[in-house]
Amino acid sequence: MQDPALDIHMEIRSTIDIVTARQQGRELAMEAGFAGSDVTLIAAAISEIARNILDHAKRGELVFSLITKGPDHCLQVVARDEGPGIADVTRAMQYGYSSRGGLGVGLPGAKWLMDDFEIESVIGKGTKITMRKWTRHGNRRPLTSH
Amino acid sequence: MQVPILKQGSYLIASIQSALSDADMLQLRDDLAERVGRFRARGVIIDVTVLDVIDSFATRTLRHLAHMLNLRGADTVIVGIQPEVAFAMVQLGLTLEGVGTVLDLEEGLAFLDLKIKHHARPGP
Repeated sequence: MQDPALDIHMEIRSTIDIVTARQQGRELAMEAGFAGSDVTLIAAAISEIARNILDHAKRGELVFSLITKGPDHCLQVVARDEGPGIADVTRAMQYGYSSRGGLGVGLPGAKWLMDDFEIESVIGKGTKITMRKWTRHGNRRPLTSH
Repeated sequence: MQVPILKQGSYLIASIQSALSDADMLQLRDDLAERVGRFRARGVIIDVTVLDVIDSFATRTLRHLAHMLNLRGADTVIVGIQPEVAFAMVQLGLTLEGVGTVLDLEEGLAFLDLKIKHHARPGP
């Protein structure tokens, strides 16, 4: 169950927005009842995908949603940009690969930190990354493979 | 948010007070590189206790910073990485290779004392 009216939209245009976005994510994660270490993992993942927007598309948006499924809660973060798109998603998800001289840790790292991670990218149109983390009570969803 | 840098003997202590943007991190790197020369510092302690996230950019900047300071003749030690932050760094596969890391400020001072004394010791 997800209430779109409660979604939080955040513009990502400068590196300061990265700090604001991960603070926002941290607050939401705490509200959703995540454990302390999970809150930090979520904040770190947000930092990486927000930076990915800036590096590749210059600007974009993060949308935070809280989703409830039975006894479980989930924080979903969608990163959307209208940048150049990712030519080779498989390659972009390879640890240590960077198209711009970074560590090549951002996207694969964010995937490791979260439970679900999906990329849709169209060249010339933009990229949408959806990632989710689930609280650990109730029936935990299986982890996506690392 | 500028990071205050204190001078303590031949050491500089940069005590991060709040979350830092990328620009703040780069500013810290440049400030330290300059001050190591100005104060002829032999060692630098960077206290990251308040940081709630050390992501790939912060890791890379800290690594570059330590390398730069090393080229300027000063040893760097990072102190105060919180347990959850360390956990997230491990999950992200981030390492601070070549950079000293110890528990807290006290250990940081001891680390630099040991390292710098060791360097200063005349060879056999």
